[in-house]
Amino acid sequence: MKQKRRHEGHATAEAHRAILAIWRIEQPQLITRLARMLRDVPLAEDLTQEALLAALESWPAAGVPERPGAWLMATAKRRAFDHLRRSRMSERKHVLLAFDMAVEQQTMPDLDASLDDDIGDELLRLIFTACHPRLSHEARAALTLRMICGLTTEEIARAFLQPETTIAQRIVRAKRTLSESGLAYETPHGEQLSERLSSVLEVVYLIFNEGYTASRGEDWLRPQLCYEALRLGRVLTAVAPHEPEAHALLALMELNASRAAARIDAAGQPILLLEQNRALWDQLQIRRGMQALGRARELGGPGGIYALQAAIVACHAEARTASETDWPRIAALYAELAAIATSPIVELNRAVAVAMAEGPEQALAIVDRLVHEPTLKGYHLLPSVRGDLLHKLGRYAEARSTFEAAAALAGNKRERELLTRRAAAAASAAIES
Amino acid sequence: MRFMYIVTSPHNGPPTPELLEAMHKLTDREIKSGRMLDNGGLMPLAKGAQVRLKAGKLSVVDGPFVEAKEVVGGYAIFELPGKEEAVAMAVEFMQLHKDLMPGWDGTCELREFATPPQ
Repeated sequence: MKQKRRHEGHATAEAHRAILAIWRIEQPQLITRLARMLRDVPLAEDLTQEALLAALESWPAAGVPERPGAWLMATAKRRAFDHLRRSRMSERKHVLLAFDMAVEQQTMPDLDASLDDDIGDELLRLIFTACHPRLSHEARAALTLRMICGLTTEEIARAFLQPETTIAQRIVRAKRTLSESGLAYETPHGEQLSERLSSVLEVVYLIFNEGYTASRGEDWLRPQLCYEALRLGRVLTAVAPHEPEAHALLALMELNASRAAARIDAAGQPILLLEQNRALWDQLQIRRGMQALGRARELGGPGGIYALQAAIVACHAEARTASETDWPRIAALYAELAAIATSPIVELNRAVAVAMAEGPEQALAIVDRLVHEPTLKGYHLLPSVRGDLLHKLGRYAEARSTFEAAAALAGNKRERELLTRRAAAAASAAIES
Repeated sequence: MRFMYIVTSPHNGPPTPELLEAMHKLTDREIKSGRMLDNGGLMPLAKGAQVRLKAGKLSVVDGPFVEAKEVVGGYAIFELPGKEEAVAMAVEFMQLHKDLMPGWDGTCELREFATPPQ
């Protein structure tokens, strides 16, 4: 009996996973169509969630309907009517909306409806809403994953290593902000568009990096963040095909993700880019990245902030061996990047490229200018790079103390160990010389 | 996870216009949703060729192939979070065939890409 129950529990979990999978595929169509009907994104989101709950209740017993998208849409629409009726709308606006919906239900046959309309513009509007600058970055990321990617609150919480209640509150609050400030349904145009687009790209890149630079957590949902960010990047290039930076961000993510299989050894230790086995780089993804970068350039955006970063990564992707890397070009690209995005971290990266292209002396001059930079205070990579340059220049005693300072700042155990070893190597080199 | 879909069928005629249109819409949706990386239909096997290795002997055989029962008609490559999504996609694709090309039989096989060994 106990065994049977366990078996049933297992079967239910499996059925739920299958339903969630279908729902994830259908969810963007559902929410975009509901948002258009109701002119209210947060409400539309609530209704898609209700449709999911209804499916989870009824499909395990009744079986998955032949056209699950149509089923979910019909259910959500019924709930929408209930909602409007319940709120006893006396406002004329709501009456009109209800009228719109009735008309829409009449004229839009549910059969394969999910395939019948082009949701591009609507989806873009939804993405702009989820990434509204009025919301915090964390709220934008959570809302985007929930509304555009169809992740559950629990999944988002696991991916960001946060308690579920924190994420749930963040989503509720963000939706309330959108509703109360009347921002719930709008598409920016003209100059505002590119400004708002950069806020969207920022969130997508944040989601990608959260998964890509997973410094903590082993959960499989962290790679899932990379997957969703890449998917969002592809969505953006499809719904905003004339925006060079959308293509550039996609290129940057595709090219970075192409190295995923080569980045970690069997023991889970990170492998540095120049030491990676390039045969493990994903060539399909590199091709897609190069295509997206080409598109960004065609659209007149080789100098954008993502285009420059993608061009740098492309230099690595195109080099068959580490020694074939075009360092002068990388150094030049970093110089261009530094000109538009004044950032000491970009300068530090430029110094590394200059060291490879021209030599440690020229690089050290750049790094020495950064030593008193307040934003890099406490950043272990600054002394780490500096120690390396000093070592290469034969200034071993200075290299040793610099590596020791870097080790003291490193937050990660493996990095600390590596830096301590380098300090010791510099110390023995100092004795020998 | 990356999946390859391979569609095989004993039928080798072209799809009905209705099915073709529905598949275009599905493809468009899947490209815009960022899940489909690549896809393509294949010309009839009769126009292709097979290079066979049997008992240490290579031979090049041109079509038509009278003995071929199930023929690969098309493929697609998707990137999806898991096998459940992969199955759901294939079911949706085959439902279109059921609805829009009566009498068609076939198989949509899905296979996860092997990840390179570490």
